[in-house]
Amino acid sequence: MVERSEEVKLLGMWASPFSRRVEIALTLKGVPYEFSEQDITNKSPLLLQSNPVHKMIPVLLHNGKPISESLVILEYIDDTWQNNPILPQDPYDRAIARFWARFLDEQVYVTAMKVVGKVGEEKDAAVEATRDLLKLLEKELVGKDFLGGESLGFVDIVATLVAFWLMRTEEVVGVKVVPVEMFPEIHRWVKNLLDVDVIKKCIPPEDEHLDYIRARMESLKLKSV
Amino acid sequence: MADEVILLDYWPSMFGMRTRVALEEKNIKFDYREQDLFNKSPILLEMNPVHKKIPVLIHNGKPVCESLIQVEYIDETWPGGNPFLPSDPYQRAQAKFWGDFIDKKVYGPTRLIWGAKGKEQEAGTKEFIEMLKMLESELGDKTYFGGETFGYVDIAMIGFYCWFDVLEKCGNFSIEAECPKLIAWAKRCMKRESVAKSLPDSDKITKFVPELKKKIGIE
Repeated sequence: MVERSEEVKLLGMWASPFSRRVEIALTLKGVPYEFSEQDITNKSPLLLQSNPVHKMIPVLLHNGKPISESLVILEYIDDTWQNNPILPQDPYDRAIARFWARFLDEQVYVTAMKVVGKVGEEKDAAVEATRDLLKLLEKELVGKDFLGGESLGFVDIVATLVAFWLMRTEEVVGVKVVPVEMFPEIHRWVKNLLDVDVIKKCIPPEDEHLDYIRARMESLKLKSV
Repeated sequence: MADEVILLDYWPSMFGMRTRVALEEKNIKFDYREQDLFNKSPILLEMNPVHKKIPVLIHNGKPVCESLIQVEYIDETWPGGNPFLPSDPYQRAQAKFWGDFIDKKVYGPTRLIWGAKGKEQEAGTKEFIEMLKMLESELGDKTYFGGETFGYVDIAMIGFYCWFDVLEKCGNFSIEAECPKLIAWAKRCMKRESVAKSLPDSDKITKFVPELKKKIGIE
């Protein structure tokens, strides 16, 4: 193996599921990286320069060259460091994995945010809608240890937003959005995830995370009143 | 065994056009099946139960949903000819970034331009022009978004071109005045057989939009 000086830097945010998923991927591949916590209420020149289009985290800087959008970053990581592949090899399986990743980000995440951000009837509706979407994930997990099959893959990494964000909000929101009686497979899957060292290492510490979610929920409620 | 490729599509959809172009670029024979989105067929509901949307690519009975996912699938499954995505990981990531940008930022405003009125429509027009300018800046003086070869980002964007006339009429602006390089790019793309075959004439779209508005109940 040729030794190169590789500089990998992640502009991220400790409580963001989109930032953490990049950390999971880098850690899974054993890629050393520098993490730079960003204040999204006061964006740094480096962030604005590295992602002028969206001005959002995460941004991966590889030897100074920026890559933005977490799903694009995950695929870039998989293309660049080929050990411990995240995406499957077969084109059809890859298409399915990409489909579920988008579903999680565009449907599940968006709907789940309403559970945290709304009150009363709107909140109830969001809970129902989230459950309907999660039923699809529940079906996918039947007979599988992970969404990727026998081992952790692309969809599992993206779906950590369900396991360690949505499900953690339950404590704060006071609603069991993902009750075990309705979603036994998802609960089994979360246990499987917690057995994976890389996951344990890369998810936000629970107590601090709950405090953060509580504070965010309060500020979102104030905005929606 | 010969490949069986079916495309469930809707003729004015700029997303469906992506998949048509991709298939044509690779010279893949496919069975185009026009869908009635106001009366969805059993096959559409079966093949895309999650979103119930077109386009759906069905390859030997197995469905692939989401147009950009289909474009990549086509590139990976039929690797002959010019690849749609570059082989360099960084260039690939840039292409995917811009494809994602088109989905997230360009499509939304178009809905406001033809579907809304007054301030909402104005806001849509302003946003659309801003997004096109970002794309034009990315294109620069290149022949295509990827450089010398027609690829992923070109495929992602070109379907919007046949909608430009109706958008200009509704929003009362000129895309060529705002983004001349983008128009020049589009005309270059239109010279490709795959694109000419896959995009409907602009005036068909222009005639269609008022009918669409009636169907979905907008004045």
